[in-house]
Amino acid sequence: MSQSIDEISLGVPPSSDVLLDVRDLRTHFKVMDGTVPAVDGVSFQVRRGETLGVVGESGCGKSVTALTIMRLIETPPGEIVGGEIWFDGRDVLRLSNEEMLDVRGAEMAMIFQEPMTSLNPVLTVGDQIAEAVVAHRKVSHAAARERAIEMLRLVGIPEAQRRVRQYPHELSGGMRQRVMIALALSCDPKLLIADEPTTALDVTIQAQILELIRHVQQETGTALLLITHDLGVVAETVQRLVVMYAGKVVETGTVEEVLRDPQHPYTEGLLASIPSKTMRGSRLNVIKGSVPNPFRMPVGCRFHPRCPYAFAPCPDHEPPLDAQGHPERRVACWLHTAPPFGIEQRPSYPAVLPARATAGEVAS
Amino acid sequence: MSGLGGVPPEMRDVEVPGSVPPGGNGTKPVAETASSSSARDEVPPAGTGEVLVEVQDLVKYFPVLGGLLRRHVGDVKAVDGVSFSVKKGEVFGLVGESGCGKTTLGRSLLYLQRPTSGHVRLAGQDLNTLKPEQLRRTRARMQIIFQDPYGSLNPRMPVSDIIGEGLLAQGMKNSQERTKRVGDSLDAVGLRRDYTRRYPHEFSGGQRQRIGIARALALNPDFVVCDEPVSALDVSIQSQILNLLLDLRQQFGLTYLFIAHNLSVVQYISDRVGVMYLGRMVEVADVDELYEHPRHPYTVALLSAVPEVERAKAKKRIVLKGDVPSPVNPPSGCHFHPRCWLRERLGNPEICSTVDPRLQIVGQGHAAACHFADRTQQETERVATPVGEVA
Repeated sequence: MSQSIDEISLGVPPSSDVLLDVRDLRTHFKVMDGTVPAVDGVSFQVRRGETLGVVGESGCGKSVTALTIMRLIETPPGEIVGGEIWFDGRDVLRLSNEEMLDVRGAEMAMIFQEPMTSLNPVLTVGDQIAEAVVAHRKVSHAAARERAIEMLRLVGIPEAQRRVRQYPHELSGGMRQRVMIALALSCDPKLLIADEPTTALDVTIQAQILELIRHVQQETGTALLLITHDLGVVAETVQRLVVMYAGKVVETGTVEEVLRDPQHPYTEGLLASIPSKTMRGSRLNVIKGSVPNPFRMPVGCRFHPRCPYAFAPCPDHEPPLDAQGHPERRVACWLHTAPPFGIEQRPSYPAVLPARATAGEVAS
Repeated sequence: MSGLGGVPPEMRDVEVPGSVPPGGNGTKPVAETASSSSARDEVPPAGTGEVLVEVQDLVKYFPVLGGLLRRHVGDVKAVDGVSFSVKKGEVFGLVGESGCGKTTLGRSLLYLQRPTSGHVRLAGQDLNTLKPEQLRRTRARMQIIFQDPYGSLNPRMPVSDIIGEGLLAQGMKNSQERTKRVGDSLDAVGLRRDYTRRYPHEFSGGQRQRIGIARALALNPDFVVCDEPVSALDVSIQSQILNLLLDLRQQFGLTYLFIAHNLSVVQYISDRVGVMYLGRMVEVADVDELYEHPRHPYTVALLSAVPEVERAKAKKRIVLKGDVPSPVNPPSGCHFHPRCWLRERLGNPEICSTVDPRLQIVGQGHAAACHFADRTQQETERVATPVGEVA
């Protein structure tokens, strides 16, 4: 059994079956108007060969988490102010920039949302893949070129021999995303991070790319960290799930546990607000209000101003991400954790929350 | 807002609690204009069978200019002969992938871009026959809500001008009257009346979309084209806006053309749905009929591609090969034939690549443009594979 979060002893590497161990990670952005705590105490693990999904709405910190793991946060304004990222036995936050060059692209690789802006427009796709191979492996240019063709075949690009000489603008969106995947997998990474890999694509092309990601993940045995806002995409792609809200993890578990039996009111609200056939003719459930202003995060539980169940401890005390049953099923909510000493017990469930946000707060 | 009746107060989707006056009768904020009908209250919420908007053989080409002399070398056939009608009070959903022409169709049927050919009739009146001044007046009856709540509001205008500009253009010169109407529109979309002096940057994405809706409502339209109104919004905000659109339809007897690429959203909100592919309408049916018994092979693949939270593992799928071809040079015959799994299954019959299939009745209120629509369902069973097992 892998280490669980409440037994974290910072500075000690995790057991060897854990490939990626993110511990209490904090990435803040210091800008003119103040500090944005984009990632604020995030912890999760990915085992070797496992697929993990990170879901949340825009601004919840899921992409910043991925960029921090890759050490791609620009400083300033970004700053990793705390935490550890253990990857394959090393804390990547303690590696020098030179050491990181050997890890990034070779042992962990990333696919981005927008394939047009993440490929180099003035290099052929073959050169871009070969460049990555030459940078990380002691191979000749000719061998790297062969590898590029092999990778394009793996990701299902027809006529790979010809395509390898084409430029990104000559390819369609779906083809570009295939090239991105080929590039990311060209050095056999142990971890593949995919940040909204299908958001910019049409639904029939999305189906192609998701099938491809599933296929190559099983074929190569790489671990997958899939970041998305689409609960449907994670439902059919990953084994375990992390739900984020306002820079924090609010719930984790297997994908079935979280989607069938959501424990956090935010997850519950998110699932209930997805329109579907069964909802026809009735009003959709909504999560009232909108995500908090990052410069003025609510104290206590960050979801409490929007939460229909909020009660006594929520506005003042931040709930811990406590295990429910087994160590990987976790929820950060006072409904599922004994409230701190001295706080009155929870009221009859569900609590009724008086309207909290006033109009002025919302708009200003 | 009688539609809120069954919802507990804490679940209401109003970003500003207390801003919507309670009770149903007193909240009809948008007064009648001279140009619109006064029989609004008698319109029942669902489709009555009476046609409000009729589109006939609508074509919109954009010229492609090439070479040194910028000669006309071809056309982007964005909308290539589309006919359908929208009944009074219904929500007609229009789906399709990017580049299929759904947005161009929405804009040309409002004459925001003049169609290359074809006819659009609003309540029986052909827009082609109207003089510019008459067309301008008619515009009050047909409005549009845009996709991007950031790009579609002028950042230099206060809310009062954004919403009031259309009123001024329609000849409402009295500023007090205008202010009242702007306030009433804000009321209707769940924003506070005193927001009129604020600027767009002071609002969140969901609130901006409400302003866009208020702008469309201010002119008291009969018909509203909603062009991807929730695509730019997060799921939790999306449901607030969908609820609002349905409330407003109920309240004001509106008719919507709801354009979206999100098939779950369209299934939720629409009464009837049309599917477009490369500038053509390939299938039209009542929403349940279309989602449960699709007859065009493209619709089958499109619906099967949607990732769903429920029954994610049980779902069967047909993954299409290749990409959507260019609308400058669409394939011959049926535009879908190079990617069609049904054609492949039937041994590539010649008719698919030579004869353009017309929309044909295939069932009660159900039309599909496929030569082999009668074979689709049977073959779907044989071709679809469970998610994750496609090589």
